[in-house]
Amino acid sequence: MLSRTADNLYWIARYMERAETSARFLEVGSRIALMPNAGEGYRNEWDALLRAAGTADAFARKYGDAVQRNIESHMFFDRDNPASVAACLGRARENARIVRTALTTQVWDAINTAFQELKGLERLPRSEVSIARLTDWTMRAAALVRGSIEATLLRNDGWDFLNLGYALERADNTARLLDVKYFVLLPRVEFVGSGLDNYQWTTLLRAMSVHRAFHWAYGGEVTAAKIAHFLILNPQCPRALVTCAAAANTHLERLARGYGAVTEAQRRGHALLAALADLTVEEVFDEGLHEFLTRIIGEVSALGAVVHDTYLSGDQR
Amino acid sequence: MAGRQTRNGGRVTAYFNEMYEDGRVRAPYARLEDWMRHMPAGLRSLKQAEAEDLFRRIGITFAVYGEGGDPDRLIPFDMFPRVFTAAEWARLERGIKQRARALNAFLVDIYQRGEIVRAGRIPARLVYQNEAYEKAVAGIRPPKGVYSHIVGIDLVRTGPDEFFVLEDNCRTPSGVSYMLENREIMMRMFPELFQANRIQPVDAYSDLLRRTLASVAPAKCDRDPCIVILTPGHFNSAYYEHSFLADLMGVELVEGQDLFVEGEFVWMRTTQGPKRVDVIYRRIDDAFLDPLCFRPDSVLGVPGLMDVYRSGGVALCSAPGAGVADDKAVYTFVPEMIRFYLGEEPILQNVPTWQCAREADLAYVMDRLPELVVKEVHGSGGYGMLVGPKASAEQIAAFRAKIAADPANYIAQPTLALSTVPTFVAEGVAPRHVDLRPYCLVGERVELVPGGLTRVALTEGSLVVNSSQGGGVKDTWVLAE
Amino acid sequence: MLIAVDHLTTWRYPAPVRGVVQSHRLRPAQHDGQKIVDWGVTVTDGTPGGSFRDGAGDWVQGWTIRGPLSEIAVRVTGMVETADTAGILRGHRESIPPEAWLRETPATRPDAAIRALAAVAAADPLDLAHALSAAVADAIAWEPGATHAATTAAETMAAGRGVCQDHAQVLIAAARHCGRPARYVAGYMLTATEKAEAAHAWAEIHIPGLGWVGFDPANRCCPDARYVRLGSGRDAQDAAPVRGIARGPGEAALDVAVAVRSVQQ
Repeated sequence: MLSRTADNLYWIARYMERAETSARFLEVGSRIALMPNAGEGYRNEWDALLRAAGTADAFARKYGDAVQRNIESHMFFDRDNPASVAACLGRARENARIVRTALTTQVWDAINTAFQELKGLERLPRSEVSIARLTDWTMRAAALVRGSIEATLLRNDGWDFLNLGYALERADNTARLLDVKYFVLLPRVEFVGSGLDNYQWTTLLRAMSVHRAFHWAYGGEVTAAKIAHFLILNPQCPRALVTCAAAANTHLERLARGYGAVTEAQRRGHALLAALADLTVEEVFDEGLHEFLTRIIGEVSALGAVVHDTYLSGDQR
Repeated sequence: MAGRQTRNGGRVTAYFNEMYEDGRVRAPYARLEDWMRHMPAGLRSLKQAEAEDLFRRIGITFAVYGEGGDPDRLIPFDMFPRVFTAAEWARLERGIKQRARALNAFLVDIYQRGEIVRAGRIPARLVYQNEAYEKAVAGIRPPKGVYSHIVGIDLVRTGPDEFFVLEDNCRTPSGVSYMLENREIMMRMFPELFQANRIQPVDAYSDLLRRTLASVAPAKCDRDPCIVILTPGHFNSAYYEHSFLADLMGVELVEGQDLFVEGEFVWMRTTQGPKRVDVIYRRIDDAFLDPLCFRPDSVLGVPGLMDVYRSGGVALCSAPGAGVADDKAVYTFVPEMIRFYLGEEPILQNVPTWQCAREADLAYVMDRLPELVVKEVHGSGGYGMLVGPKASAEQIAAFRAKIAADPANYIAQPTLALSTVPTFVAEGVAPRHVDLRPYCLVGERVELVPGGLTRVALTEGSLVVNSSQGGGVKDTWVLAE
Repeated sequence: MLIAVDHLTTWRYPAPVRGVVQSHRLRPAQHDGQKIVDWGVTVTDGTPGGSFRDGAGDWVQGWTIRGPLSEIAVRVTGMVETADTAGILRGHRESIPPEAWLRETPATRPDAAIRALAAVAAADPLDLAHALSAAVADAIAWEPGATHAATTAAETMAAGRGVCQDHAQVLIAAARHCGRPARYVAGYMLTATEKAEAAHAWAEIHIPGLGWVGFDPANRCCPDARYVRLGSGRDAQDAAPVRGIARGPGEAALDVAVAVRSVQQ
C-alpha cells in the first residue's frame, strides 16, 4: 500500500476520534458547570477543561472570557482551533476524499454525510443549537463512521492503519480526559472525597459513555482508585489505556505478519502494553496521576512517531 | 420545437436540431420522444434531485479555477440523452482514429527527423518555436512511438452529416469520468430506457485504458508493468477523475512526493518499502514533471524523472512535449498531417481558421469581429475568448486592442451553428447547443469506446459549453445496429 | 592536442541530506574537434542512473545518492584528444533543429542596450557573428565577482562587467535578436594566463552552410584545440553540467576545483 494512503487512513481515524473527544470535553464542561461551587464561579471549570484539552492559550488569545458560548464556538465550530469538532471533521473528510477509493461507499458516505450535516449545523442560529444536540450529533456521526469501517471494510493493511489511528488517538484522549479531573481538582484539595468530587468523577464517566458500565463492573461508592483502575487498567473498558494499547498491538502484529517483517513499531507497542498490563492502581497514585498520565501521553506519542517513520513516511527500506 | 432561426452576423442561420428535422422526430430519438411525453412533471424534478444526490454522494464535484465559492460545486447534469445512430458513429469513429494516428505520427516526426517541416508542409516556426515544443524529448523515441496516449477531440455538429473538429487535446484531456458516471446514473435511474433502446456500453473504457497504458511499458520493463496515475493532488479540480480512474483500473493514485528516482528507475513509497513503477499516466503539466529538467520550483513533480524517462526506465503518458500537436495554430495543419503521414483524405473537417499572425488574415478578422469567434492560441476552458455575435460593442473594442497588441496570440473562426439537443429547463424541454468530446486511446492499438462527453450550454442561445462557464453534461448514446 | 582534466566539485550541507538526485552533462561527446581517450566520473556513495545522448547530442547521466550524507563530491577525470576546427562543430550528432534555438529565455531576453549592440551592419551571417562577438567583448569587461550565477544578459549589459557566462549570454541574446539560432556551451579550457577560467563557457551560433560555430567573446576568439566541449543549452542554467536536488534543511556550500593541462605526447 502507498505510504501516503496508509497515512491518510491513519489520520482519518485520528481526526474522527479527536472530534469525538472534543465533543466529550464539551459535555464534561457543560455538566460540571451546572454544579454550584464555592464562590469562584463556573469559569474555573471551563478553564481547567481548556487546559486539559491543551488549547487554553489559543482560546484566551482569541476569545478572552471563558463563557459557555465562547467555549462552544471554540470546541465545536472554530476551524482555527485544530482540535475543534468542525476542524477535525473537515480534516477527516479531506483525508477521506484523498483516499476515497481505499474506502467503501458506506464509509465514505458516513464521513461525507457528517461533513454535509455539519455545514447545516453551522448555518443554524446559535440560539437554536444546544450543547447536548452538538455532542449527541458528534457521537452519532463518529459511531456511524466507526461502524461502517468495522462492518464493510476489507480486513487488509488499510484497515489496520485505520484501527491503529483509532487506538493511539483514543489512548491519548482518555489520558487527557482523565487529566481534566486533575486540573479541576487541583486548586481545591478540600473537596477530595466530597459530594462534588464524586459528581465530577461521575460526569467524567458519563462523558466517556461508560458510567453504566462502571457501575456494573465496580458497584458501590465512586472512588478515585476505582475510576483510575477502570479507565487505565481494566481491559473490559473500551476506552481504558490498556485496551487501547492492546488494540494497537493487535493491528501492529497483523501488519508484521502480513508484511513478513517485525519492526521497531511492534517492539515499542509490546513494551507499552506490557508496562500497562503489569501495573497496579497503587503504583499509578504513587507516581502521581497527573505525572503518570503525562508520561503515558508521551509514550503514546513516541509510538505514533515510530509508526510514522516505519510505515507512513515511505522512507523505510 | 422545429429548427429555430437566429440572426447571426447579418446572416440567417438555422441550427440543426438533433431530435427534430422538418417537424418530424429523427429516428434515433423516436423512443425518447415518447419517454419525454409520458414523463409526469413531478417525476422529472424527483429524478433530477435523485441524480444530484447520487453525484454528490459519489463525490463528483468540480472546482472552478480562479473562483471562490463552493469548492464542491456539481456540474449540472441534464437527464435528456444525446443519441447517435450506429452509422453516424461509425463515420465519427473512423475520423477520430484517423486524426489520433496522424497527431501521433506528427509528434514522432517533429521530435526525430522533422520531415513534415523539411517538406514545407508546416512552418518550422510554428513547430520549433512553439512554447510546447520540448527539446528535452527530441531524439528520444517513446515506446511504440506514441506521444499522446489519450486524445480528446472536441467536435461540433452543424447538420445531419456535418461535423467539425473544434480542437484537439493531446496532453491530458479531462472529463472521461463524466462520460462513465453519466451513463451509470442514467442506467440506475431509467433502466426502462436501456431496455427499450439498444445502447452500446461504454464501461470497457477503463479496461482499454489499462491495456493501452500497459502496452507502452518501456523496454526495460520485463514483467507485468506497474502502472500509476500521477495527480497534482486533491486540490486539483479534476482530482475526482484521477481517483476514479485509478480505482477503475486498480492502480495506485500517486502524488509527486510518493515517487522517487533511484538508479535507473522510478520507485513508489509503500508501507513495505520501495516498489518499481513502469508506466506513469500523469495528470500534471510538463512544466511541473521534474524540477531538474523543467521548472526548478516545482514541488509537484519527481526530481530526476526525465532522465529515467529518456533512458527508457519508465513510460510517461502523455509524453512531455505532446502539446505541440494540439496548439490552436498547429490545428490548422492537422488535415495536412493526415494527408502527409497517412496518405488519406481527412474524414472530419477542420473549422476554417484565420491566423491573426498572417497579415491578410488579421485584416479580415479585424474587419469582421462581430461575427467571428476569436481565441487565444494557448487558451483553454473557454477563457480569453470572444464570441462576436454575443459580445457588446465595448467587449469587441477591448478585444480589438488585445489582438492588435499581439496578433500571433490569436486565431479566429466563424461562429458555428452548433447543433441543439432537447434539454430539461425550468419551463419544460427546450433545445440547447451541444458539443462532443470522445476519448481516443492510442497504444499498441487505437481504440475508442462508442460514446463520449456531451457538453451542453444551459443558457438559452449560448454557444459556450465549458463547465467553467455554466455548461452542463449529458449522457451520450450510440445505438447498436 | 591531448588535454587532461581533473574537476572536483564538493557540496557541504549544514545537516545530513537524503534522496540526492543529480543529472550530469559531464562527459564530452565525440566530434571532429574532440575524441575521448579516457574519461570517468565518480560520485560519493552514488548509484548511476540511466545514461543517454540527448537531442542536442550531449551525454546525460543520472545519479542518485540515498544518504544521509553531509558532504558529496563529484570528481571528473579524463583525457581528450582535441583538434582545431576553427570553431566549427563538425561530426556532432544531434536531432534538435537550429530553429528550436531561437526561443528566448528570461536570462537571454534582449533589452534596448542589447538590441543596440546587435545593430551591427553585416550582410553575411558569419561576419555578423564575428562582429557581434567582438562587440560583446568590447562592451563587457572581464571581471570576476561582478556578477553571479543568475545574472541575466540585460543586467550584465547594464553593469558592463562579467565573466565568461555573462559574455556568452549577452552574445546569445544579441544573435537571437538578429534571427540567428544561438546556444550556450559549457566546457573546459586549457589556460595559459590568469585571465581565464578552466571551467569555461562560450556561445555557438548557427551559420547557414557551416552549421554550429563557436564564439568565445571572453577570449576574443573561436574555440580551438584548447577547448573541451561538454554540453549546451538555451542559457547558462539550461546548459548547467550538474543539476541536483537534495532533501534536507539549509543551503549547501559549494567548492569547485578544476585543473586542465596539456599532456606531452
